[in-house]
Formats: sequence, C-alpha cells, structure tokens
Amino acid sequence: MLGRTANALFWMFRYLERVDNTARMLDAGLRMALTRDLVTSEEEWRSVIAAAGQRRDYERRHATYTGVQAWNFMLRDRDNPGSVLANFGRVRDNARQSRNVVTSEIWQAVNDSWMQIRDLFAKPVGEQRVGDVLGVIRQAGMLVHGAIIGTMPRDEAFHFARAGTFIERADNVARLLDIKYYLLLPSLNYVGSSLDTGQWDSVLRAVSGDRAYRWLNTARIDARGIVQFLVFDTRFPRSLAYCHTALREHLDAIARVHGHEGASHALMREAAQSLEETGLEGVFERGLHEFLIGFLATNARVGLAIADDYRFLA
Amino acid sequence: MNGGATFFDEMHEPSGTVRDAYRGYEGWLSEQDAAFLRRKNRDAETLFRRIGITFNVYGAQEAEERLIPFDTVPRIVTASEWRRLSRGIEQRVRALNAFLHDLYHRQEIVRAGRVPEHLFRDNSAWLPNMVGFTPPGDIYTHVVGIDLVRTGPDEFVVLEDNARTPSGVSYMLENRETMMAMFPELFMRVAVESVANYPRRLARSLAACAPPVAKDKPRLAVLTPGIYNSAFFEHAFLAEQMGAELVEGSDLRVEGGRVAMRTTRGFEPVDVLYRRIDDDFLDPLTFNPASVLGVPGMMDVYRAGGITIANAPGAGIADDKAIYSFMPEIVEFYTGEKPLLPNVETWRCADPESCRYVLANLKDLVVKEVHGSGGYGMLIGPAASKAELEAFRKKLEANPASYIAQPTLSLSTCPVFTDKGLAPRHVDLRPFVLVSPEAVEITPGGLTRVAMTRGSLVVNSSQGGGTKDTWVLKD
Repeated sequence: MLGRTANALFWMFRYLERVDNTARMLDAGLRMALTRDLVTSEEEWRSVIAAAGQRRDYERRHATYTGVQAWNFMLRDRDNPGSVLANFGRVRDNARQSRNVVTSEIWQAVNDSWMQIRDLFAKPVGEQRVGDVLGVIRQAGMLVHGAIIGTMPRDEAFHFARAGTFIERADNVARLLDIKYYLLLPSLNYVGSSLDTGQWDSVLRAVSGDRAYRWLNTARIDARGIVQFLVFDTRFPRSLAYCHTALREHLDAIARVHGHEGASHALMREAAQSLEETGLEGVFERGLHEFLIGFLATNARVGLAIADDYRFLA
Repeated sequence: MNGGATFFDEMHEPSGTVRDAYRGYEGWLSEQDAAFLRRKNRDAETLFRRIGITFNVYGAQEAEERLIPFDTVPRIVTASEWRRLSRGIEQRVRALNAFLHDLYHRQEIVRAGRVPEHLFRDNSAWLPNMVGFTPPGDIYTHVVGIDLVRTGPDEFVVLEDNARTPSGVSYMLENRETMMAMFPELFMRVAVESVANYPRRLARSLAACAPPVAKDKPRLAVLTPGIYNSAFFEHAFLAEQMGAELVEGSDLRVEGGRVAMRTTRGFEPVDVLYRRIDDDFLDPLTFNPASVLGVPGMMDVYRAGGITIANAPGAGIADDKAIYSFMPEIVEFYTGEKPLLPNVETWRCADPESCRYVLANLKDLVVKEVHGSGGYGMLIGPAASKAELEAFRKKLEANPASYIAQPTLSLSTCPVFTDKGLAPRHVDLRPFVLVSPEAVEITPGGLTRVAMTRGSLVVNSSQGGGTKDTWVLKD
C-alpha cells in the first residue's frame, strides 16, 4: 500500500482515539462537577482542560473555568485546534484520503457520525444536552471500531490503523495520569489515607476503568493500586502495558507481511523490556511524573519510527 | 428556436400514451402511493449524503461538499434503441482513436484536405511531443464519454465527445445502487441490464493496455489531484472498486526508468496510470513548469514505453468543439462508412461567412467556446437578455475563431418528481465507453443529466443540473 495511505489510516485512528478520550474526560469531569461544590468543580474543569493539553488556548479565550465554557471549548470552539469538531473533521479527511482502502462500512460509520456530530455542534451545548452529545461521540468511536474489526481484511492497512489506535491511547492515558497526579499530590502525602478517593474515581472514569478496577482489584482505591492498574495491568484494554502489547503485535504483523523489521520494532522491544524491568516499585522510586515523561517520549519515538520505517511522508 | 415546438418526451407520446420503454415502470408507478414516492425521493438525498457521493465546489466555502440532485424517475431506453445507439457510439469511438493516431503520425486526413491543419496546430490541446509516438496498444482514448441528446423517436444526436478525462461514471453506478436499495420490487418486475461490472471491465480494459515492460498482473493506479478536487469521490470510488492504488503526484517519482509510487515497502513501479488530471499537470518538465501536481520526467518514461497513461496525453484535442464540427468527415475518413450518429449542425465562427450568420442570428443560437467545458462561457441566445447578447457579441467579434454556434436543440424531456407530481424536464445522456486493443465495450446505461428547472436546457451539474438512473431494458 501507499505510504501516504498508511499515514492517513494511522492518523485517522489516532484522531478517533483522541476524540474518544476527550469525550471520556468530559464525562468524568461532568460527574465530578455534579457531585462537588463550586470551588472543587472549577478545579476539576481546570484539570480536564489541562489533561487535554488545551490550557493555553482556553485561557486565551476565557478568564474563568466553568463547565459550560470548558465543554463547549473542548467540543466545538472554532478557536480550539484540538476540539472534537476539528479532530473528527481530521478523522473524516483521513478516511477520505484512504477511501480506497477502508471498507465502505468504515467510511459510512465515519461519515454518518460526522454528519451527526456536526449537527449536534451547530448550537452551543447546554447542560441539558451535554450528556447526550458525549454519548453520541462515544458511540461514534465504537461504531468505527466495530466496523474495522468486523469488516477490514487483516492486511497491513488494518495493522497500521490499529497501531494508530494504541499509540494514541497510550499517549492519552499517560498524559491523563500525569496531570491528575499533580492534582492529587496532596493526597499522596497521605498514602494510605482516604483523603480524596473521589479524584481517583474520576481518573478511572475518564478511562472507563471504574468498573473494571473494582472487578479486577479487590483492594481499595489508592495511588499504588491505580498506578498498578493503569500502567501494568494487561487485562485492562486502556492500560499502558496493554496498549504497548497490542501495538507490538500489530507492528509484528506488519513485519511478517513485509518480511523484515525496522527501527520501530527495536524501539518497541526496548520499551516493553524497560516497562517490565521498572515495575511498580521502580515507578514510585523514580517518581511517577518522571516515569510518565519517559514513557511519553518513548511512545512518541515509536510513532516517528513507524512513519520513517514505512515511508509515511517521504 | 423551438417557439411553441413540442419536445420528444421519453415517457409519454404526445397523445399521453405511455411509450414501450416505460410500460413496465408505469405499471409499477401507478400502484404507488404519492406520499410514499415523495418520501423516497427525500430518502435518496440522505442516502447520497451518507455514502458521501458529493462534489466539491471551487470557491464555495460553507457548502464545500454539495450533492448533485437525484431524481428517482429512471431514464429508460429499450434494448433495440440501445443496440442502434451502441453501433453508432462504437463507430464514433473507433474513428476518434484512428483520428488521434493519425494526428500524431502521418496526418493523412490533413493531406487529403478533409480537415485544415490550423485546426490542431494552433490548439493547446494538441501536444507536439506526442508526434511519432504510439501509445501501448495504439490506444489513445481508453475511457470515453459521448454526450448525446435525443430529439425524436429515432434521433439521437452527439453533442460532445469527452476523450480527455470523462467523469460521472460513479453516478451511473451509485444511482443504480440507490434505486435498487429504494425500490427492490421494481427491479423484480422490470428486467434492467446491469451496470455493476463497469469497474471490473475498466480494470481489465486498462490492464490490456499495459506496456510490454509490465509483469503478468499489471499494477494499476488512479491519479487524483487530491481530496479537494470536485471529482475526488469518483477517483476514490473507482480505485476502491478496481482494487487499485489511489495516488497523488507527490506519491510518484521517476526511478530506474519507471514511474514508481511510494509504498510502505519503498518505491514500486506503476504499469498503468489512470489519470484524472489534465495533460498540463502530468509532467512539469514537459508541460506546465509551475505545476506542483505532476511527476518530473514521467513523459520520458512514457515515450520509452515504461508506463501506460490513460487516456493518452494529447487525446483531449478530440474534445475541441472546432474538431467536433468535423466529426462527420472524420468518421467517414477512417471507417469508410456514413456516421450512424449525426452531429448537431455547427457553425464555425472562424469562417467569416458562418460568423456573419451567427452574429445575425445570435438570439436563436447557442454559442460555445471552442476549448470550454462544463457549460461555462456559453451563450444560450433564446434565454439571454439584450445586454447579455450585446456583451457576447463583442466577445465574439473580438475573437471569432474561439467560438462555434449551434441551433438551440430540442433536448428530449423525461418526467421528474416535483411537489406537484410528475413534470417534464430536459435530459441528455452520457454513455461510457472502454477501449482496449481487445474490444470497445459500452456499458448498457450511462449518466442521464437532467435540468431541474422547468424549461432549462442546461444539464451541467456545475450549473444546478441533476442526475437520473439510466436503464437499458433487457430484451
């Protein structure tokens, strides 16, 4: 397949993942805001915007943090290059670019969702509508994922698309954890205390992991348990370890099709080994922030190596 | 002008009786509830939006993706009508190919005094660097669209030849898919020739024109200007249906004497390039140095037999409206037969006597730019205001050789659904023809374009025209 088409597929699924994660974070923020006092909820929206990496753009636009402002900014603000609207537009543009490779089911799932989302965003999203709107966005993601799993031949195109999903998911989860960690620092000083398990609950909710956590861990919610879960638990499909295992499998599949490996494969092996060697103890010794920064950098390098190995751009 | 004249209607005879072609359809239609049909007509639009059959309009920012209006009343042609049409189309297409070969070789037709040399010499669509070169399989026009209008029961007239890069075939295919999805029971009652294997035929026909250097299974790619092009949907659709790569100029470069595309494994040669960009943008070294779309050196590879470009560079000269006016002579010269399909009577304004006639009868004529396309830069005399006529007269006088004129045609009408029921609208017909050394294949169907406003004769989609499904009935 063409390098440009592989690039389009890869990014189509990265943007789709980003959209999906934005919706999850807003969902969690919304729930926080509903169960807290005003001051805490302002903090919560600040952290949601920060976790999305949109703080500078937001503060250029608004002086205060409120729910309505925050979600309208993240969903549909034309001044926000990372809005769901802009990113879903990119999903669709990339799907168009690779229209001869994606199945018509995938294309229609994207196109239908795009039309629906665009209509929903025609007017500002108020409190009554925001829950429904987030539901539609998350359903769009499930629809497209269902279409690719159910209809796409398992050739290299499929694996590039899936690689895009997992590299972006790893990135987003690591960022979320990093931002929330700072917010939670006070509570970490009381390791073991139950100062604010609500914040941790919110982190889990933002990765749709609250239920999974309770099922897989009988332990109570604390920092160590959650880091173990979000970083190392390969049973949970949004943990960093799971994402990197999946990413590696898809890269391996591409290497089998091509008959040889590239620099991205070597990097992936290193990353997996380093994650395993570090372990939970290592993470806390090194500091969670330092660990996550390292993880994000490796993840980004893998992305660049894939683009390079498979001639995405040149 | 046809002041008060009646137009041939595809569905009804002047007495109101339903014509043979529409008998089966009418039988079904008469049993349908009006509200159901109205709803289906609206559903069609939703279907098209969902599938993404849109075209982009240059310079229109908000509505950058538009739908071409679709009407659910099919345009129906009987089997015997189609057989007659096909013979005429095949004759014309064979003549076009022979003419193009001749133009770029010995120019016998000029030597014989049947067409004047200046006709192509001064024409930018004629490419001097194609002279003496024979494309693989000696095929110039791999894909042709012949625009026809019907003026009477047995009268189909050729309005235009499209040998450059005819578009619209995706509408032929998707219109049928849409109709079958909406009215399955209709297709159980009326036997209609299928158009669905067009992409397979296209792939086979193009592969049959592969250069000798190609391996057993030639590698095929569709060259598109990109996702912002008005016909991008069609380019992607055809690539998908043929299992071909969809390339842009930036994916291609010349390597090892071949045109190669950048794949995930490195650069790999393309054998047949079905290009959907103009000659000007193929190779900046040969044509337009300012083009960022082209592939430097591609023409050298082409001339050395390293790639097939479809349609052949320089084939677009056949679309020229001054050349068109010579088609009866051209058909006769190369086939030794009388043309089966007539031309529209055409005055070449380059000729002073014709020009005087045109100027004197401007208000009754349709005047077209010789190199224009898509209904732009055209004057429809009977529909023009006094001021428009005078403005056009000045343009024409300043540059007569750039124009031809034709009488206003009595384009046939076909009913469309309106809020008030069926109403006649003018239609034309573009069948699609595939040419390879093995065969000339005409898919039984085509693109029927329809002027959606009452009385209008302009069917071009860029000017608000719509489309219909086109049926060729089985015997």
